[in-house]
Amino acid sequence: MTQATYNGVLNLAAGAFLLAAVLIVWRRELRAIVGLLAWQGIALAAIPLTEGIYKHDAALIVVGVIVLLLRAVALPLLLIRAVGTEPHERRESTPLVNTTTSLLITAGLTVLAYAVTRPIIALDPSPATRAVPATFAVILIAVFVMVSRRRALSQAVGFMMLDNGIAATAFLITAGVPLIVELGASLDVMFAVLVLGLLTGHMRRTFGGTDLDQLRELRG
Amino acid sequence: MSLLLLVPIGAPLVAAALAAVLGWRRLTSSVTVLAALCILISGVILGFNHGSGVRFAIANLFRADALSITMLIVIGTVGTLATWASIGYIDAELTHGHTDARGAKLYGVLVPIFLAAMASAVLANNIGVMWVAIEATTVATAFLVGHRRTRAALEATWKYVVICSVGIALAFLGTVLLYFASLHAGASSGDALNIDVLLAHASQLDPAVTRLAAGLLLLGYGAKAGLVPFHTWLADAHSQAPAPVSALMSGVLLSVAFYALLRVKSVVDLAVGTGFLRTGLIIVGLLTLLIAASLLVVQTDFKRMLAYSSMENMGLVAVAAAAGTKLAIAALLLHVLAHGIAKTLVFLGSGQLQAAHDSTRISDVTGVLARSRMVGVTFLVGLAILLGLPPFAMFASELSISRALAGAGLEWVLGAALLFVVIAFAALVRNGSRMLLGPPDAGSPAITVPRSVGAALVTGVILSLVLGLTVGPLLELFQTAATLLGGTR
Repeated sequence: MTQATYNGVLNLAAGAFLLAAVLIVWRRELRAIVGLLAWQGIALAAIPLTEGIYKHDAALIVVGVIVLLLRAVALPLLLIRAVGTEPHERRESTPLVNTTTSLLITAGLTVLAYAVTRPIIALDPSPATRAVPATFAVILIAVFVMVSRRRALSQAVGFMMLDNGIAATAFLITAGVPLIVELGASLDVMFAVLVLGLLTGHMRRTFGGTDLDQLRELRG
Repeated sequence: MSLLLLVPIGAPLVAAALAAVLGWRRLTSSVTVLAALCILISGVILGFNHGSGVRFAIANLFRADALSITMLIVIGTVGTLATWASIGYIDAELTHGHTDARGAKLYGVLVPIFLAAMASAVLANNIGVMWVAIEATTVATAFLVGHRRTRAALEATWKYVVICSVGIALAFLGTVLLYFASLHAGASSGDALNIDVLLAHASQLDPAVTRLAAGLLLLGYGAKAGLVPFHTWLADAHSQAPAPVSALMSGVLLSVAFYALLRVKSVVDLAVGTGFLRTGLIIVGLLTLLIAASLLVVQTDFKRMLAYSSMENMGLVAVAAAAGTKLAIAALLLHVLAHGIAKTLVFLGSGQLQAAHDSTRISDVTGVLARSRMVGVTFLVGLAILLGLPPFAMFASELSISRALAGAGLEWVLGAALLFVVIAFAALVRNGSRMLLGPPDAGSPAITVPRSVGAALVTGVILSLVLGLTVGPLLELFQTAATLLGGTR
């Protein structure tokens, strides 16, 4: 792989990664959102795979394959199963912030990400590090999704997006954290999403829905 | 000797495996108590032999120094009391139909896993592994918080998992940035996150990236330690969890999360100077104290009252860490131990009150001292410790923290913190006396205390008295830990 192809693929992956996050903010159909999350997982896995091929690092390619299976296949499937069968359960309810405003806020967060990541690029101005603002933007957008959505599942999607953003940042700036930390972190994320999936099921049985506005018993 | 480092992690895992196979029985629950006791005993043995050095195990993956040993002793003490009380608590829940055999089994498996995760967090040498262990505590405790499966318990679990996972994810981002800085400071990729390597390279870490990392780590681990701004899960989770789990979460989990901050702080202070995290901890600590004190004043639920008291104490601990002197850190560690035992006493007592009244409203509970000497007296002792009254250890620790703050030139912080502590004091006294003193209402139900809960309560009171009268050999341990963390004066 030449330097130019490497740069191109890396930038494409980071761009697709950010685009998936913006589309998640835009869509309200839960199945479509989970589908976008799977696409984001593919863009995420492309980063370690590209770096692994470019730097002839077999371990990084293995990690890339694991990331692909976990974040583009296993976790989205888990979330799809948690989407309810009733029609009103399949859509995000009227959002707290309307779509136009949400997209504007997303743009603002992206600009903010460029400002925040300046010290990182200054320390190591490589092609990979220059893509970090995009992954930082995904992290900020994910937090925004988590505070502005009202379905339990949308919050789970926001959490996974946050985690994707952090994993992508790690791959870009350090070619991944040490293997033991990577494995432990992936396991933790998988369990956390599993717990959230199970809780969504409990909630539907107990509350008859997953609108988080119904969670208002505990106050003060 | 280095194998001793693996006992605190291995013993609870064995207990968990046993419970997974055999279910909730007297045998499995007793083995869990033994496993918790193993954590305490390993801590004590390591403490006697530590010198001022650091011990490593399995290729530098784990480490034990005075700070981790102190935390092992805290985990072991509270863990032993809480698992001991669990025997009677879960048996009573089974009798009253609040849980079933499956629920009891889940409890029997998850509690020791929770203990093992906390022990790994304080023994990890790699701050990435430490992060993995702390996130594992969230996963392990999720279904413990929702053990009763009521609407309120489910709501608390959801908030707990979502808020803590987001917080801890930010801490992971901070860890990644620190790894990035460490690699560029010349560390090799395999051990760039090891505490000893980070300390050795601290002066070459890029200051701008380290500051970004430190901010994220403060927010992230702060979420788990119940500090502002991600504190909103705390009162819900601590009030809904079964009483022994509340004791573990309030008494140790918060301080284990704060331990992570102390570790990070020792590296960051060397890299960018003490000023950065000092400012951060003062802001976060004072805001936490403010919120906890104001919510204590308006509280009508006694378990939530205890939860906000934990928040108040973590705020105070954060302020003490900001001072960062040797006296401040040693006092902070004593504070954490004394608070852990006190919270065990009051949460176990509140579990029995909740079982008797089927309510956690303060106004529903009257004349406890007249109705049950066991719960009344131990609750009173627990409150007295939390109020910082002599002869208990929190009197000494709060006094030392105040002196340390004044000595570090943070008089205005001391003034503000004292104001909030006094407000919290008044609120605890008012609510506590309403519940404990006076004649009981007509028709108040009898308060029963299972044998194992009673035994844990009495042991806790004895430990508190001993700790109040003499800190003994622990003092040297605390001071060594404080020196390790860079406390010079």
